[in-house]
Amino acid sequence: MKTLSRWLLRESVIIPLISVFAGLIIGAIIMMFGGYNPFEAYQALFNKAFGNIYGIGETIRTITPLIFTGLAVAFAFRTGLFNIGAEGQFIMGSLAAAYVGIMLDLPAIIHMPLAVIVGGIVGGLWGGIAGFLKASRGVHEVITTIMLNWIALYLSNYLIRTHLLEKGQQKSETLAQSSWLSFSFLTDLFNNARIHFGFLIAILCAIVFYVILQKMKQGYELRSVGLNPHAAEYAGINVKSNIIKAMVISGMFAGLGGAVEVLGVTHNVTILPAFQGYGFDGIAVALLGGNAAFGSVVGAFLLGTLTFGATGMKLGAGVPFEIINIVIALVIYFVASRLIFKRLMNALNVNKQEEQ
Amino acid sequence: MENNDKLLVRLKKEGGFKNMKKNFMLKSLILILVFSMALIGCAQESEPGEKPEEPTDEPLENEVKVGMVTDVGGVNDNSFNQSAWEGLERLKRAGGDVNYIESQGEGDFEPNLNEFVNGGWDLTWGIGFLMGDAIKAIAEQNPESNFGIIDAVVDAPNVVSTVFKEHEGSYLVGVVAAMTTKSNKIGFVGGMDIPVIKKFETGFLEGVKAVNPDIDVKVEYTGSFTDAGLGKASAATMYDNGVDVIFHAAGGVGDGVFGEASERSGVWVIGVDKDQSITFGDEITLTSMMKYVDEAVYQVSRDYAEGNFKGGIRELGLAENGVGLPDENPNISEEVMNAVNEYKEKIINGEIVVPSGIE
Repeated sequence: MKTLSRWLLRESVIIPLISVFAGLIIGAIIMMFGGYNPFEAYQALFNKAFGNIYGIGETIRTITPLIFTGLAVAFAFRTGLFNIGAEGQFIMGSLAAAYVGIMLDLPAIIHMPLAVIVGGIVGGLWGGIAGFLKASRGVHEVITTIMLNWIALYLSNYLIRTHLLEKGQQKSETLAQSSWLSFSFLTDLFNNARIHFGFLIAILCAIVFYVILQKMKQGYELRSVGLNPHAAEYAGINVKSNIIKAMVISGMFAGLGGAVEVLGVTHNVTILPAFQGYGFDGIAVALLGGNAAFGSVVGAFLLGTLTFGATGMKLGAGVPFEIINIVIALVIYFVASRLIFKRLMNALNVNKQEEQ
Repeated sequence: MENNDKLLVRLKKEGGFKNMKKNFMLKSLILILVFSMALIGCAQESEPGEKPEEPTDEPLENEVKVGMVTDVGGVNDNSFNQSAWEGLERLKRAGGDVNYIESQGEGDFEPNLNEFVNGGWDLTWGIGFLMGDAIKAIAEQNPESNFGIIDAVVDAPNVVSTVFKEHEGSYLVGVVAAMTTKSNKIGFVGGMDIPVIKKFETGFLEGVKAVNPDIDVKVEYTGSFTDAGLGKASAATMYDNGVDVIFHAAGGVGDGVFGEASERSGVWVIGVDKDQSITFGDEITLTSMMKYVDEAVYQVSRDYAEGNFKGGIRELGLAENGVGLPDENPNISEEVMNAVNEYKEKIINGEIVVPSGIE
């Protein structure tokens, strides 16, 4: 009990909690001024997300890709890199998985794992490009990953159009069922919700994230590079190779997310007119989760629940969808302002010291 | 370092941290409140005026609940999502219970449709070609519920598939464009390269050719229905090359075509789906290829309320008043209008068969 309460009072836990409640409360106040009943609205949101077995299944479906992209952004961040390219790595992962799913004809026991693994590898390579450019030429990863996002988007559209297109449609053919991550016994159990086993892979990835960073020598090196690359180099760590490794692993998480979304939910890839936003939501998830493995899962859970439940608010209480976007923005704002609090305190601290 | 720790302890005892934090929180809270109130104030003031002369229909005898799910365009897309919602608003005035959900992404289609199905709504609409798969999946999972879809054919007994003969209406605006152009260069800006848009293009080209086969028609697909910037770029290229009339079938992308035209003089745009001269003005809007999605949605929903719902395909062309030109066309001369009416007659009585461009 004591350990639990101590854990709850830790800064990394209590500030996100306060931020979430502050966001919800201010969202409620805005709703009240707009003439809506916030209690009804939040209840409708909750009911939509968890009120029945179908809702639970679809909520998990919404959360799953966010865990992957959240982990991708968080992992890079812990090693001192800002991976804005999770979006592109996600797209490349889905494209690769779709290729394997459509072009190959294999028994399910090989086909499905192969599609997942290839998706992860291609995502990793895509992230690795940015890592390589940073390590070898010092090109900032923010620039390269943003540009690689666009390249991924249009490359994927081009390849779908030329190789995978179903006639007269804006999407690829359907993947062979042997590559699917969704199974009818599971979807039947959840009343036709599109829940799939990608969720378990996501949790597995979070564990891998934790083990690599906290329990392995490699992770120690990666974190050292993130904290202070000069010190790390002085200590004999190869900074350049660690930058590439970090971007590859980060890209793998995002690529796996893309693969899992295709194999589990859509079973085809569409020609995208614009980004779907999984990678950008991943930045919010990582921020909410304090760039930690478990935190990212919680962050994805929160963001996924809010976005999926929002349509329930629309029908149940007449609250427009925009309100939930305000609430999400407020929550992220409050989490981000944790840094402002910290800096402010540090600055005051120094001042006081000087006075003394 | 030690000093620092002592200071920390002292500060904690005195509650310095807490107070500071509280103050900061309180101030930011108040600020946010003030801002949000100001914003809400603005929103209420700028509420749009009542729309003029809405058709009034006989009140419905039975209670009916009709929902619709938009694709990612949303209900204010100045195009078919909006038109469909206007059809349901008309049903509402006749006593129906209506609501809509806007999809944020393709993954939302199925849960959004299910929201209506599980909520016990009588009829659920999916608006747009892209929702075909989702409607099919949900209709098969819920054989007791009824669905409608616009612009796609879904083969299920509980789905009404409403498709339009866009090629017939596009043929007519093709005639208008061919008789209006001075440079003998005309443009077509399409959204995504999908069968529905192909029908617009084919019919339009046929109409132009019927008047003057020597006219050069430039065709471009932007690959998007939402990015107005792409439409503006396409239009700029075309106008620079001497094109003076552009027909767009590109939803929100078309807004960019209108934007580019408004910065030039002596050029025309032909709108799509709705009478777009209402939004963009008569100075640049030559006419519009109307697609009466509102009428279709209203009629099918009303049929349902009156117990006449039947699954299957409903194809609406010129003869069924599903497509056509707007009632008022101040920019079209009488001569052109007479020609248009002649062609229209010929299409309706089968003398001219406009190809749709798809098998």
